[in-house]
Amino acid sequence: MTTPDVAFDRVSKTFAGRAVLSNVSFEIAPGEALCIMGRSGTGKSVTLKLMIGLLKPESGSICIHGENLSALDEDGLSRLRHRMGFLFQSAALFSLFSLSDNLALPLRRFTKKSSQEIDHAVQQQLDDVGLGNDRYKMPAELSGGMRKRAGLARALILQPSILLADEPTSGLDSVTAREIDDLLLNLKEKGKTTMVIVTHDICGVRRVGDRLAVLDGGSIIAMGNIQDLQKNDNSLVEALVSEQGCHEH
Amino acid sequence: MAPKLHFKPCLKNSSKDALLPPIGEQLPSHLNAFLEFMGNLGLFALRAARRAFLPPFEWFMIWQQIGEIGWRSLPLVLSSGFAVGLVLTLHTRSTLIRFGAGSMIPAVQSLSFFNEIGPLVAGLLVAGRVGAGIGAELAGMRVNEEIDAVEVLSLDSFKLLVIPRMIACILALPILTVFMDVAGIAGGFLAERSASHISLHLYLNRAFALVSWATFIPPTLKTTVFGFIIALVSSWFGYNATDGSLGVGRAATNSVVVSSLLIILADVILVKAIFFLFPDTAV
Repeated sequence: MTTPDVAFDRVSKTFAGRAVLSNVSFEIAPGEALCIMGRSGTGKSVTLKLMIGLLKPESGSICIHGENLSALDEDGLSRLRHRMGFLFQSAALFSLFSLSDNLALPLRRFTKKSSQEIDHAVQQQLDDVGLGNDRYKMPAELSGGMRKRAGLARALILQPSILLADEPTSGLDSVTAREIDDLLLNLKEKGKTTMVIVTHDICGVRRVGDRLAVLDGGSIIAMGNIQDLQKNDNSLVEALVSEQGCHEH
Repeated sequence: MAPKLHFKPCLKNSSKDALLPPIGEQLPSHLNAFLEFMGNLGLFALRAARRAFLPPFEWFMIWQQIGEIGWRSLPLVLSSGFAVGLVLTLHTRSTLIRFGAGSMIPAVQSLSFFNEIGPLVAGLLVAGRVGAGIGAELAGMRVNEEIDAVEVLSLDSFKLLVIPRMIACILALPILTVFMDVAGIAGGFLAERSASHISLHLYLNRAFALVSWATFIPPTLKTTVFGFIIALVSSWFGYNATDGSLGVGRAATNSVVVSSLLIILADVILVKAIFFLFPDTAV
């Protein structure tokens, strides 16, 4: 039996006395792409931040690659984060650094690559996301879609085994959103990368996701593949998984 | 073997407790908030002091911040110093001449600048320009999740973002103060020259006649404390910002107000300390 890459066991999280997650449990197998949907403010982003240790749960346990996050010290958490990539909703590029420096920073710090090798790796990664000619631009000079792609490139620069993406297509036009989906799909097809994608975009879920979890009121109200969830009679699940607008893709 | 500790039983329900609520509840809320702020600021300072000497050292960021804080503040410091120097001479000249002490004008100018005006005005100017900048920049990074992104990449956000700004402020302020002093004396010379046609050589001779190392070095070095205060306060407000764009504005404003106030309070203590350590300067 393989160890799941991500395992939540009865995880609860509250903010200012309000329960955002209560007793949430699920597992994600290696190489699987799990999408999480739900209304705004139902704890989707919180779930991602719990996975990477930016937030700590009040109760329950979170295991990444079989290691319990609560039991890890600072070094252990740092070591685990080397194997994870995080694409923020706002991309969160470092505004003081150029695009290439944004990508080179973790390579300089955590690998023994020479500056030429780092340069090559950065160029390769930027080429992969279609930003090869923009490496010297500052984040402020990039459009929303370019920032998302740059954020994805930075999240993947250390070749993580788990990618966490917080609304990778939000605020983008449908064409750019599909380009981001293509990048994620390409990554999935290469295999080896487990993905957790928080999204409101059912078209993206259909293309990239293996399973979909629907969060509401701090709990997972439905989980399974799209075909399973289409048979679910919960009104929220029905509304979220409706096929409207996805036919052209 | 570690000694056993014996605790007294808890007196939770004693009549003494019923009469005296916890200290936090006795204090007015503003005082409570102030003490909490000072405590948090102290812990932030301790964290900075502990991490500043641990590798890795962010040389690139330190160098970048020295440029941002020091070099880019230079025009403001030079122009302000020149203007203050000029106005100071215009104000003191008539009074000194009335008492027959016209020849003391350059010495008054230099001692005023070296002892107090240069360090304090440079500190307040940098608090305004740099304090607001650091507060807003770090708050913006917090709001835009850049600080979270640093943490996610297993980098120490405190070492990468806070420590370089502290080191840059501590190093830049004494240097800016020297430029402020020079600009102030230049402004004073221009005002005196236009009134009495004094030569530069004579003006400088008179200006430096009463200046010793003790009147120059300690007041200049006290600005390292001002630099630390500016970086500490504005980094704290920026690093702990909340509430989106509203929080960014609040962090910038609070950084300037609180660091300026603390600089003035610290100046009082540091001047007394300098008088204690260098009694000649107190005469």
